[in-house]
Amino acid sequence: MGKYVCNICGYVYDPAEGDPDGGIAPGTAFADLPDDWICPICGSGKDEFVPE
Amino acid sequence: MTDVYKAVKLTDRVYWVGAIDWTIRDFHGYTTHRGSTYNAYLIMADKITLVDTVKAPFKDELLSRIASVVNPKDIQVIVSNHSEMDHSGCLADVIRLVEPEKVIASTMGAKTLQDILHLDQEITAVKDGEQLGLGNMNLRFMETRMLHWPDSMFSYLPEEEILFSHDAFGMHLASAERFDDEIDPAILQYEGATYFANILLPYSPLVTRLLGRVGSSGMTLKYIAPDHGPVWRKDIGGIIGKYGEWAAQRPTRKAVVVYGTMWHSTEHMARAISEGLAKGGAIARCMSLDVFHRSDVAYEILDAGALVMGSSTLNNNMLPQAADILTYLKGLRPANLMGASFGSYGWSGEAPGQITDILKEMKIEVMAEPIKVQHVPRENDLARCYALGEDIALQLRRNKEVA
Repeated sequence: MGKYVCNICGYVYDPAEGDPDGGIAPGTAFADLPDDWICPICGSGKDEFVPE
Repeated sequence: MTDVYKAVKLTDRVYWVGAIDWTIRDFHGYTTHRGSTYNAYLIMADKITLVDTVKAPFKDELLSRIASVVNPKDIQVIVSNHSEMDHSGCLADVIRLVEPEKVIASTMGAKTLQDILHLDQEITAVKDGEQLGLGNMNLRFMETRMLHWPDSMFSYLPEEEILFSHDAFGMHLASAERFDDEIDPAILQYEGATYFANILLPYSPLVTRLLGRVGSSGMTLKYIAPDHGPVWRKDIGGIIGKYGEWAAQRPTRKAVVVYGTMWHSTEHMARAISEGLAKGGAIARCMSLDVFHRSDVAYEILDAGALVMGSSTLNNNMLPQAADILTYLKGLRPANLMGASFGSYGWSGEAPGQITDILKEMKIEVMAEPIKVQHVPRENDLARCYALGEDIALQLRRNKEVA
């Protein structure tokens, strides 16, 4: 499972870590994040993310 | 405290209580030719509220202006729309003095303020769309993440139709006048654009989205009260329109030639390119990095269609001032640019190639192979530079016609 980086703020989504504050369990692939998931740093939507 | 610093009235119930910094010229690396202000606002609601504070050395000026209206200890609520130190630097001291019931910030702001100020006081985090009752008035909060920090938040006071917009719609401009209609519009345009270019440009897609949210929010605006520069009360539509334009980054036929030179050879090339650009119908700006600061270059790039960048080669590398401007511009993420590189060299000549590599990383469309000249350019070298300028001008005019 690949990491994805936020184009706006540079945050890297790492599937191994998930996004616990956003209710995303470790081991969740980027593709499996809910559509309304937002970047925990800047609030951008999934469409702002690109593969690292 | 002193009584020479007075509050300035926006409405019967809202006052500007900020500070004027007439002498600042280096704002974390952004040259502020006209100084700045740190704006804070006092809302005389049933629950007296202070929106933002000022940079630490200006605390007494803030407190004096507040004291011209009300005893600072009567403030019950402090709102922090933006955690950066020019707006929070004296917040810890003000909290100690005022002992407010609540200190309010966005979710990210509550965290950032603790990371910056290491406060004992708890910060109350508010969510996007949340409203806070101040008795006879209300504040509505709108998160504006990454404009330009993760914590940034608008506060809107519907009873007076005032949007407290943190750094958005602001500018670095020290003035005794507090309102946009009291200041030369050309200065407002220049300083507003310079601020956008140096602070907000990387987040242009978010600005576009935010303007849409503001438009559909039903907020009516009599005042936009930013954290730097004048309060907008006359040309509110104008500044919002400009933000839309700047964020769209539609290229014009302006080309910016930026260069670092050692013995004027790269400078001769830059001037030949600029002449060719002008002949070809582009608007040429020729900027030596020995005299223009990076933030002045950023201003010119804001609406440019091309960046032509030159540097002499020094010990197998581009000049330090060329690396400076490229690092800075890369971070600002200008869009829709074409580009090329050039430079004179003594024996190795790496700089133009290095520049082109960075232009590509910046997603700038590179229009030509780098032009390299050993030592002093001859007539035919300058003719190549002139032709490059003409070519780029032609492309810019074509693009302009398409757009």
